[in-house]
Amino acid sequence: MSKMKQDQAGMTLIVKTITRLTVGLILLYGIYIVLHGHLTPGGGFPGGVIIALSFIHLMLAFGKETALKKLDQIRASLFESAGAIMFLSIASLGFVGGYFFLNFIGKGRPFNLFSAGTIPLCNIAICLKVGAGLFLIFVTLVVLSKMEER
Amino acid sequence: MIELHLLLLFMIVAAIIAVEVKDLISSVVAVGAVGLGLSLIFLILKAPDLAITQLVVEILCLIILIRATIKRDLPLIKSGRWHFNTFSTLLFIIIFLTLAYVSLKDLPAFGYPILRVAANYLKEGFIATGAANLVSSVVLDFRAYDTLGEATVLFTAVMGVLVVMRRIGRKHE
Amino acid sequence: MSTYFLCLILFCVGLYCLLRKRNLIKIIIGIAIVEYAVNLFFILVGYRMHGRAPILHREQEVLNMVDPLVQALVLTAIVIGLATTALLIAIAIRIYDKYGTFDITKINKLKG
Repeated sequence: MSKMKQDQAGMTLIVKTITRLTVGLILLYGIYIVLHGHLTPGGGFPGGVIIALSFIHLMLAFGKETALKKLDQIRASLFESAGAIMFLSIASLGFVGGYFFLNFIGKGRPFNLFSAGTIPLCNIAICLKVGAGLFLIFVTLVVLSKMEER
Repeated sequence: MIELHLLLLFMIVAAIIAVEVKDLISSVVAVGAVGLGLSLIFLILKAPDLAITQLVVEILCLIILIRATIKRDLPLIKSGRWHFNTFSTLLFIIIFLTLAYVSLKDLPAFGYPILRVAANYLKEGFIATGAANLVSSVVLDFRAYDTLGEATVLFTAVMGVLVVMRRIGRKHE
Repeated sequence: MSTYFLCLILFCVGLYCLLRKRNLIKIIIGIAIVEYAVNLFFILVGYRMHGRAPILHREQEVLNMVDPLVQALVLTAIVIGLATTALLIAIAIRIYDKYGTFDITKINKLKG
């Protein structure tokens, strides 16, 4: 794809400039929501959706090539499988102490970032799974049906 | 709780607009108004986790719905005459609302729940898991099997979308 | 009591759309409205009068919390609802590609 055609993809200059400023902040906010899921409102589900929305924002503003260069479909499906395997292996590691889904790590000091045992790790796994899954759904709905119109 | 009633009336009006308007894109935008009102109600009913999740999910749902309706060359839809269907639907809804009004008296009054299971979580949740957010401790510790089932459903939905939309093996149209 | 009934009216608006309308996108919108009403009903049942959010604070005794169990159930239901809505839209787009219409009464008359 030539340089000129890439400039034409996506929306106008105003939208692109604003997107360049805000997309990093949206991603950072999603990561904050995931990591503090056991202390403040939030958790893996909304954090994953916010992270997926930051990539979708990039795709809507710059066209699909720029976003797919950052995270393409194969890597997104790999992230989703990694989230599922991580969640299941955390659950299976509970057999060390007794039963499935045992909270086997020490609780730590309450109200700190590193506390509550396996719950932050589970939050990260859920975030990977939800974010990659929803991004994959959006890419499939937009890209595959748009290719057909040409 | 006057603000709760006002928001519920707003949601009902927005839902009726979404159902009855002819233009598909206006209908999708009205459904977005219903979802954002639901997010505000979650905030009033002291569920901040759900408010964040509903807000974000509503935006993504709106983007996907607009993607489905845009560029399809049918901005106005014809409803047609369908008298028997309308009559039977309205009759069923009236019967349903009457029976629901009778049976709602058996529910606990609004604002005074029973809390038989949840009292245990409220008492022991912080000591057993060490998480300050009790919703998070219920989702990922006490009831983690629910989350596992949710992950399975999400995986199945993603696979279903990929299978339905793929182009490999499809006949040339 | 009146709150429960308003929530049920919202449910019935979605049900009317689901049963009466012939456009596939309208049917998906009806399913979405029904889903919102059911989620709202769960939360209304679990609300406690003058309650507080189920999040503990440092050096502060929080009594009188609302029910965290229904919030956990609805939290998973919202994300599942988004995924199923996306699956329905994918099926609707494929039907449009094949038959050229969203009208469910015309779909069985045309041959792909």
